[in-house]
Amino acid sequence: MRVPLSWLREYVDLPATETGRDVQAKLISAGLEVETVEQLGADLKGPLVVGQVLTIEELEGFKKPIRFCTVDVGQANGTGEPQEIVCGARNFAVGDKVVVVLPGATLPGGFSIAARKTYGKVSHGMICSSDELGMGDDGAHGIIVLPPETEVGKDAIELLELVDEVLDIAVTANRGDCLSIRGVARETAIAYGLPLRDPALIDVPAPNAFGYPVKVSDPFGCDRFTARTVTGLSPEARSPIWLQRRLQKVGMRPISLAVDITNYVMMELGQPLHAYDRTLVQGTIGVRRAEEGEKLVTLDGVERTLHAEDLVITDERGPIGLAGVMGGANTEIADHEETEDGVNGTTDVVIEAAHFDPVSVARTGRRHKLLTEASRRFERGVDPQAAAAAAQRTVDLLVLLAGGTAEAGVTEVIAPSAPHTITIPADHPDKVAGVDYGRETVVRRLQQVGCDVYGQDELIVTVPSWRPDLADPNDLAEEVIRLEGYENLPSTLPRPPAGRGLTHRQRLHRRVGRALAGAGYVEAPNYPFVSEQVFDQLGLDADDPARRAVKLVNPLSDEEPALRTTLLPGLLGALRRNAGRGSHDLALFETGLVFHPREEQRVAGHLPVDRRPSDEEIAALNAALPEQPRHVAVVLAGAREQSGWWGKGRPADWADAVEAARAVAREAGTELVVRKGQYGPWHPGRCAELVVVADGTERVVGHAGELHPRVVKALGLPERTCAAELDLDALEAAGDGVPRAPRISAFPVATQDVALVVDQFVPHADVEAALREGAGELLESIRLFDVYENAEQLGDGKKSLAYALRFRAGDRTLTVDEASAARDAAVALAGERTGAVLRG
Amino acid sequence: MSAPNKSYDPVEVEALKPEEIERMRDEALAAFAAADSLDALHEAKVAHTGPASPLALANREIGALPPHAKAEAGKRVGTARGAVNKALAARQAELEAERDARVLVEEAVDVSLPYDRVPAGARHPLTTLSERIEDIFVAMGYEVAEGPQVEAEWFNFDALNIGPDHPARGEADTFFVQGPEGGTESGTVLRTHTSPVQIRSMLDRELPVYVICPGVVYRTDELDATHTPVFRQVELLAVDEGLTMADLKGTLDHMVQSLFGEGMKTRLRPNFFPFTEPSAEMDMLCYVCKGESVGNPDRPCRTCSSEGWIELGGCGMVNPRVLTACGIDPEKYSGFAFGFGIERMLMFRHNVEDMRDMVEGDVRFTRPFGMEI
Repeated sequence: MRVPLSWLREYVDLPATETGRDVQAKLISAGLEVETVEQLGADLKGPLVVGQVLTIEELEGFKKPIRFCTVDVGQANGTGEPQEIVCGARNFAVGDKVVVVLPGATLPGGFSIAARKTYGKVSHGMICSSDELGMGDDGAHGIIVLPPETEVGKDAIELLELVDEVLDIAVTANRGDCLSIRGVARETAIAYGLPLRDPALIDVPAPNAFGYPVKVSDPFGCDRFTARTVTGLSPEARSPIWLQRRLQKVGMRPISLAVDITNYVMMELGQPLHAYDRTLVQGTIGVRRAEEGEKLVTLDGVERTLHAEDLVITDERGPIGLAGVMGGANTEIADHEETEDGVNGTTDVVIEAAHFDPVSVARTGRRHKLLTEASRRFERGVDPQAAAAAAQRTVDLLVLLAGGTAEAGVTEVIAPSAPHTITIPADHPDKVAGVDYGRETVVRRLQQVGCDVYGQDELIVTVPSWRPDLADPNDLAEEVIRLEGYENLPSTLPRPPAGRGLTHRQRLHRRVGRALAGAGYVEAPNYPFVSEQVFDQLGLDADDPARRAVKLVNPLSDEEPALRTTLLPGLLGALRRNAGRGSHDLALFETGLVFHPREEQRVAGHLPVDRRPSDEEIAALNAALPEQPRHVAVVLAGAREQSGWWGKGRPADWADAVEAARAVAREAGTELVVRKGQYGPWHPGRCAELVVVADGTERVVGHAGELHPRVVKALGLPERTCAAELDLDALEAAGDGVPRAPRISAFPVATQDVALVVDQFVPHADVEAALREGAGELLESIRLFDVYENAEQLGDGKKSLAYALRFRAGDRTLTVDEASAARDAAVALAGERTGAVLRG
Repeated sequence: MSAPNKSYDPVEVEALKPEEIERMRDEALAAFAAADSLDALHEAKVAHTGPASPLALANREIGALPPHAKAEAGKRVGTARGAVNKALAARQAELEAERDARVLVEEAVDVSLPYDRVPAGARHPLTTLSERIEDIFVAMGYEVAEGPQVEAEWFNFDALNIGPDHPARGEADTFFVQGPEGGTESGTVLRTHTSPVQIRSMLDRELPVYVICPGVVYRTDELDATHTPVFRQVELLAVDEGLTMADLKGTLDHMVQSLFGEGMKTRLRPNFFPFTEPSAEMDMLCYVCKGESVGNPDRPCRTCSSEGWIELGGCGMVNPRVLTACGIDPEKYSGFAFGFGIERMLMFRHNVEDMRDMVEGDVRFTRPFGMEI
């Protein structure tokens, strides 16, 4: 809501020295978010005067038509002689009154005016357009032609009210009353402790039986409808400058007198109005719900198919307006228009000032995607008691400015309603604020905002008609607290009961991040939006469950309508972006949610809010949500170890990805079974399937390794990009909780190394498991320290695995024989299980 | 050892004469002093302290002396040997020190060499800033609560007093989730704030409730220098008997003091949110200029645009209707809540100029933030 300070001052006698910034500060502290204060005409300097065009000479031979004019500016130029001015605009004629800026003046934007030679003539000033004067859009895009009665030589800065300050207020959804100058003026008056001249307090004739007939069939949707008729409007009448200027300052475009007046009154009082061309309305005006499928062409020229819940204004033929949203084209008032048949234009109007149900207006607006100044106000609450005054104000202005005659008939259809009252303990605001205001202050503040207050310890508060947002005790508390000043609230600290700190899961998430960052990975959180093509690019099988994605109704980009089922697309995108920017040795990680639709998809219902939902109801809502497990992923490319003075570097490879997965599992307190796997995005020969065993059941929790060359190509990634992804929630579930301390033996260790020859495709993990089992309980640790392949020495398709076995007993020094026996048992079992033979 | 001399004559034991002992001692000392390497010293050591050295031989002769002369001769030889051994040890130490100094110099390296073999990783500053804030409240006794990101509308809107027709619902820039068979109605959305976690906390937890709810939220804004459709919030909720707006103010003050230092404070301005009543916009004192740039054109402040205050987010007393929807008696309990965006705080706390830097995952942006901020 844009509020010119000059308009505000009409209703509140602010001190003359008070600036827009001062008012802004007061209103912000009272709760109105004044975002900016626009300084109109701040750098404007005259002389800027009214002139009358005396002669026009069309200059030939230029690229565009140019006029050389003489303009009478009275004594404003000091000589009384006609002013010679070159002008490029054409929308004026000899005799027109125009705005002339004379040499020595400065226009908005610091544009200094001097006599200057142009198009072969000397131009002593300029004839001005509204743009040049910073007046806002007048819809004409030409120079300003003033009404003929304007006095020549008069100061145009004052005439056009060019210097002003405009407060721009972001009105919150509860304060519909402040979508009017009246509402903002009331807040200003309260903030300054000054009286308000309420523009709605005007004499209104009592309703009678002679008014335009109105029948409201839906008193819930429309609890008030005032109709007034004005006849004999002069079609030539134009909006006076002050009216146009005020509309421009609040951000509206002047259109025609009747429309401008309804807009003006809406801005002044907050009551949306509609003017029907009386000659086009047939019979009784009605208010009812639409019939499903009924059609209405609204003022914007769009034919709308109505919904049975839409509230409509009708005449005998059918709908003539969408109640509270937009009028119909069939009863539109017409502007002054000269045709072959003479002068056309609306001369008789019916004015509607009604009050509609906010919810009904909101729904209709949403259904038809139609947000108007009227619907914005009705949705947020309009003062029903101001309807009659707004109608009267409109009638008065039509009579005054358009030469109309007000008909004596006054129609008012009102559904009876009681004013809203709220009962609160007198100390309720004190308890909400934590401040001892006292009853007297509470009552005074509530009265200031327009409430009637009765009672002692219990206050019975009747809220004013313009504040439908005051519905609950806390609403009243807020009024008191904000007027007493939020800035005066003390600062105290509550004492929460002792908390239990972070949960196991939360600590795990932090630990995983630290472990990966400690290993050189950089965290890169990504948007979860993905395309469906990415599943093809990742090489997922047609029936891969990861292809089933949650989709958005209104994605930001139609290219990416789905939510991720894997972290890889986003993380690989970040890898590619980094590589594109010249970083080539990359190790990135991300932890975040992925989304999997449930097998059976349901719609989450709407539960009541006047009670706690039952556990079953909550469970039903939760069952409608997709599964949202937390995953962790890493991607690598380029060098994992840089080359340098210490020696050669090492490219990132599949083993780094697997090790990252192992590191994550360690943090989760579980050990991964790593075995050969095969899954879409990964290189079939370099893919590890990552498994946890919990309660004796195996569960695949992710994959790691080098990416498939096809995936690398399809996604434009660096060669040999590696990746790992794990279900962190599954890992957490598998973790064994509290670690148990091992018994540490101080007896000496006995070390035995063995080299075993096995078939090339026998996994180390199997050999190690057999050695471990075979060695028995004397084995303290086992470590693979070499893998060796040499066809000449070992034979084709063989490899040698070299292990260091460390034996130790808790109660004695082992003998060489004991250690050797354990080793032999280990080798024997490995031989039995995997065909391993001791290398000779 | 030689046999005792029965017919001895001390004068004849030449080697035990005092001047002989002195000579032996002095020769030894001179030899040690002359030894210029540990090897040379070793030779001198063998020559002058070994079993065949003159002093050792002289020592042997003592046994041949008559008892009354033994003591004096023994003392003389012992003193000399003591001096020799002492000199040897000193010279040994001296030469070893020289050798050590030389070897250690030879072994010296250029310690200024870099060791970026595996360059350091880092956690994202949005993660660590969020954790930093969580920790402030965890230290006070709050617990961290989390919830789903695809959320039922009832949790995201209705329970928060944003009914289906509430104007704020239309203003929420919501991503809607498709329903069964690709329909537009699912009753679920990408959560537009972490407030649904507050609702879940009130439903799940025993009273009183003191929780902090960090997390990713979504709004249909295009990414630009100051907006991102996916961002992070931290919200706080306290529900207990007798909580007041003053408690809210104190809690906010405590937070900004913990994050920005002593003397920091917050300012509340009335505002409207459906889920709180009374509601407020919260600002914090500009931690850079402490408000001194206001009306002081000579000392403009870029952090707060010379406003003196930095906008943080929204807050207020939990609307009793919200408590009712969670089955909490608003006659007995009251609560306060606040929420703000982590991105914005990261921007003004760490001079990030462009929102895009925070979402693109560029390692050059993230690395300097390390493990914690």
